[in-house]
Amino acid sequence: MDLIWEGIREALRLILSRDPEILGITLLSLEVSGAATALSLMVGIPLGMALALTRFPGHGLLMALINTGMGLPPVVAGLFVWISLRRSGPFGFLELLYTPTAMVIAQIIIAFPIVAGLTMAAFQTLNPKLKLQLLGIGASRPQFLWLLCKEAKLPLLAAIMAGFGGVISEVGASMMVGGNIRGETRVLTTATVLETGKGNFDTAVALGLILLGLNFAVNLILTHIQQREQIRWPKPS
Amino acid sequence: MRILALLLFLAAPSLLWGGEISNRTVILATTTSTQDSGLLDHLGPLFVKKNSYPLKTIAVGTGQALALAAKGEADVTLAHAPELEKKYVAEGKLLNRRLVMVNDFVIVGPSNDPAKASSTRSAAEALRLIQKSGARFVSRGDNSGTHNLEQFLWKQSGIEPKGVWYLESGQGMGATLGIADDRGAYTLTDRATYLSFQKRLRLVILLEGDKALLNIYSVLEVNPANGPRMNVQGGRAFADFMVAPETQAVIKNFGVEKYGRPLFVPIAGIKEEDVGK
Repeated sequence: MDLIWEGIREALRLILSRDPEILGITLLSLEVSGAATALSLMVGIPLGMALALTRFPGHGLLMALINTGMGLPPVVAGLFVWISLRRSGPFGFLELLYTPTAMVIAQIIIAFPIVAGLTMAAFQTLNPKLKLQLLGIGASRPQFLWLLCKEAKLPLLAAIMAGFGGVISEVGASMMVGGNIRGETRVLTTATVLETGKGNFDTAVALGLILLGLNFAVNLILTHIQQREQIRWPKPS
Repeated sequence: MRILALLLFLAAPSLLWGGEISNRTVILATTTSTQDSGLLDHLGPLFVKKNSYPLKTIAVGTGQALALAAKGEADVTLAHAPELEKKYVAEGKLLNRRLVMVNDFVIVGPSNDPAKASSTRSAAEALRLIQKSGARFVSRGDNSGTHNLEQFLWKQSGIEPKGVWYLESGQGMGATLGIADDRGAYTLTDRATYLSFQKRLRLVILLEGDKALLNIYSVLEVNPANGPRMNVQGGRAFADFMVAPETQAVIKNFGVEKYGRPLFVPIAGIKEEDVGK
């Protein structure tokens, strides 16, 4: 237990003293995982919608693949990205290995199946009569999709939260393709591993607490967006 | 629309990060112990200041570090597995192996020492006593420099380490010490890591000072034929930097502040057979 207290004290010290290294690590975590989540939304939401609203050959197989991808171990994603980006790999000429961009790529691979899978489920639970109704009142195709998105807002935001939560907390891929380089690719999770390895458990706990705080702050904002304008259930009389 | 703008705004930083590794960036593959001890955080900026090559340090196990350099994925390597290093040099994948610094390994175990490992001066003999007593031994099992030395010592003792008494952690030194502590087992550790974990462990040093327990770090350059897009020149610059007199002087004093004694002894230019004399 003393370690937890030491960790809380160390976390407060690091935050209050605005330690520039910790600040940089925290910002990089937020930037990398924020960018990865944003980009996986651009891929994942249209893909999830397409899978929920249309049928095409290989539809079931793709659905199963997406659902499997939701449980893709980050370290496996990291290994594939590492193999592709290494100097003698197919994308070695891009010279992206051990950069934040490589971490974003790996995290997109982790996050987009989560976003796509949950989007797919969200749109499939919409009432099919809604589709007829919207088309009946003469909605254009973009209007139709936008109204469906609004209707599925609650589960869609849950998909964003799950995607972000999945990547901000992963360590295996970031370690492998980022290299945990000080001042360049060190994020909160890889720094926690490093400090544990050094035996600096108080700093490791502090970094863990900062990560939890960051995750909480982001989810607080998303939850607020999700829950505003929400119709409250009437009290049973 | 607002949401789309927000997404683009969030995604923008990733577009700016492209192609950060210039031709001149040096990738150093090294062992975790040089990073965990803080030595490279100390030396890295000195190298960059002197040579103006950006340096990327990838800290992994020595086995992986050597493999990365041999496959052309790193430009230079700082390792501590002499036998394995010499194998790569013999294959022509790594070149110009030069000694940099030394410290030592110790055998640690429970203070009541059921195997009487402290009764001998020879590391191989101590391992034999541990195996014979039925006590447990925790191995790194990860092809790190420490693991390589441990296997070398088992070979010397004439024992094939196998059985329920022999645990392989597959993890770093800190975690391995934790497991050995928890199980009341013996293990082989570098002194620096043991020192930084000491206050959380009940394990004590039972054997030290055997010449076989010297922990020799060398810097190795890479063969330009190992792969595309390597920075052989930059790698050589780092190797030269590690054995330069000014750097050796920094190594000599490193760690005094935190541990009250230096963590490494500089040995550049000394013959391998004379180290530790």
